[in-house]
Amino acid sequence: MRTTGQGAPRGLRRSRWRGPATTLAAFALLVVAWELVKVLVPDDGVTIGGVRVLPRTSDAAMPHVWTVVGRLFDPEVAGAAEPRSIGAAVAAGALFTLRLSLGGLILGGVLGVLLAVVMQRSGLVERMVLPYVIASQTVPLIAIAPLVAGWGGKIAVFGQPWEPWASVMVIAAYLAFFPIAVGMLRGLNSPARADVELFRALACGWWTTLVRLRLPASVPYLIPALRLAAAAAVIGAIVAEISTGTRGGIGRLIIEYAQSATGDPSRMYTAILGAAVLGLVAAGAVGLLDLALVRYRSASR
Amino acid sequence: MRHRIRTGFAAAAAVLALGLTACSTTPQAPSGSAPSAAEGALTPVRLQLQWVTQGQFAGYFAAVDQGFYTDRGLDVQILEGGVDIVPQTVLAQGQADYAIAWVPKALASREQGAGITDVAQIFQRSGTYQVSFADKAVAAPADLRGKKVGNWGFGNEFELFAGMTQAGVAPTDVTLVQQQFDMQALLNGEIDAAQAMSYNEYAQVLEATNPATGQLYQPSDFSVINWNDVGTAMLQDAIWANTERLADPAYQDTTTRFIAASLQGWAYCRDNVESCRDIVVRAGSTLGASHQLWQVNEVNKLIWPSPAAGAGTIEQSAWDRTVQVALGAKNADGATVLTRQPDAEAYTNEYVTRALDLLKGEGVDVVGANYTPQEVTLNPGGA
Repeated sequence: MRTTGQGAPRGLRRSRWRGPATTLAAFALLVVAWELVKVLVPDDGVTIGGVRVLPRTSDAAMPHVWTVVGRLFDPEVAGAAEPRSIGAAVAAGALFTLRLSLGGLILGGVLGVLLAVVMQRSGLVERMVLPYVIASQTVPLIAIAPLVAGWGGKIAVFGQPWEPWASVMVIAAYLAFFPIAVGMLRGLNSPARADVELFRALACGWWTTLVRLRLPASVPYLIPALRLAAAAAVIGAIVAEISTGTRGGIGRLIIEYAQSATGDPSRMYTAILGAAVLGLVAAGAVGLLDLALVRYRSASR
Repeated sequence: MRHRIRTGFAAAAAVLALGLTACSTTPQAPSGSAPSAAEGALTPVRLQLQWVTQGQFAGYFAAVDQGFYTDRGLDVQILEGGVDIVPQTVLAQGQADYAIAWVPKALASREQGAGITDVAQIFQRSGTYQVSFADKAVAAPADLRGKKVGNWGFGNEFELFAGMTQAGVAPTDVTLVQQQFDMQALLNGEIDAAQAMSYNEYAQVLEATNPATGQLYQPSDFSVINWNDVGTAMLQDAIWANTERLADPAYQDTTTRFIAASLQGWAYCRDNVESCRDIVVRAGSTLGASHQLWQVNEVNKLIWPSPAAGAGTIEQSAWDRTVQVALGAKNADGATVLTRQPDAEAYTNEYVTRALDLLKGEGVDVVGANYTPQEVTLNPGGA
């Protein structure tokens, strides 16, 4: 993936296809590994001295991949007024969660970038805020989730009542802003002293220095930060959905399907599969952004 | 330097101000304060459930679906629970007007300062079982000695510990296992006796295929300890109201109407089990149809037939037994649910009595003396 600016066209074209292809290959490998484990490890798993070292591989614990895939085409609720397949439900849930994660990523991204700019501008603010930014990530998500969920009915944004999905988005943003704030701050501070002094010598103001020097220089730092943030936003959204029981997303589907895992274990795996695909899509989206910003790659030294 | 700092502050202040103008606190309009006699205007009511939509809450969904709430001037919004949603806390913090919660857990929150009152005891019986394979010979709490005993923890385990204590089995005499959502640990032998709700987890094992026969597991494959029979059952699903707001006559009136319509919903589910299943499925439950029918049927058994005074009545004897177990039974950590007797405001029959009078006047059967449960056939996976 790490193609440099020079000689890009050819290498770029190859890398553009290599990414998804490798991902698919890895997925296929995972499927093969799963089935191999099922074949090789005894149904009851392996326990040494009362400690389980290998999991159970019975069909109840690890259903066959084709059972899970086949389950996608079964109706979600038999006899429902508007029947839909489990696959459709999982896809709808994943899309819902993807939208919330994306919203959270944008919200967290804007907040993180603003915070980084302010911290870069003022050392005092940085010293004041940074410890709390770090502390914010040590607060367990399950402690925040009910709190944020409780905003429903209490807070209105621009006159709109607080919807349950907004809580999920805020929690996703809460996790996403951190890597962006920290990464962006490093990026903004990354230009060499000589460059900064050159701008100063040319009598450029703070704003010009920011837009012409610091922001372009921060792109190589921002992209990995965004990658982390995208993953964090997806995890945040799923955990927030599970925690607050917000309807519509993949997190809620996981707990709903987990309830029927005793009699129908493959059903839960369809939701987990949906969550995995969701994570891949989010990572892929950041990859696309990476391609769009490729010209800034070599902008910094 | 000074200039730098000032602009930094200004920028921070600007960001803050932006945030503040974007968000505003909505005026807290307690739903009870709307005049009940206002023509056409419905009183908004938020009801917080303990878990996601399922048959356990069928009566409330039926009351919404059948218009029982609107008939009594209420616009009820049902808030689903989640893994970390504590209904009694949501209620005490004013984010809901009523909450469904188990009595011991709600009393524990009350002891810690949550201002909540049990205003109607929907489930008169406990739905908690301890289920084991018949060949493990666990027919009574005394048989748990030396066994691997599953429990959910988080305050759901006290009937079990009270039952064991009563039978002379100390928590150290058994191997305690933290249970998951599903019952696979029981089926694959990691647990000898697993905790199960009659209306949910017990049905799940009966929906699983027995590898030995290729058929579904049958009730005869299991032995069940029912805490109602042992005598350590605790009261479960009840409607809780905000204690402080009960001083407000408007909220009192809303409470009476809310209980009346809810009981009407439960009476409907007693007489129309299939219809209630469909209502719950329409409300968004993804559990299978036979599982859901089982759930509504089992929940009916916990409610009907109800005390002679009518459904929702808090019976002194059951309440006292719950409090006694909550004060006496120690779990594996040596903790009890409560450390002192709950005060007199912890429950009241005032509103449920008024609600029952309303319903009796309208000819609704609120006792269900002739109630007979259905025989539900479970399908694989609950489908």
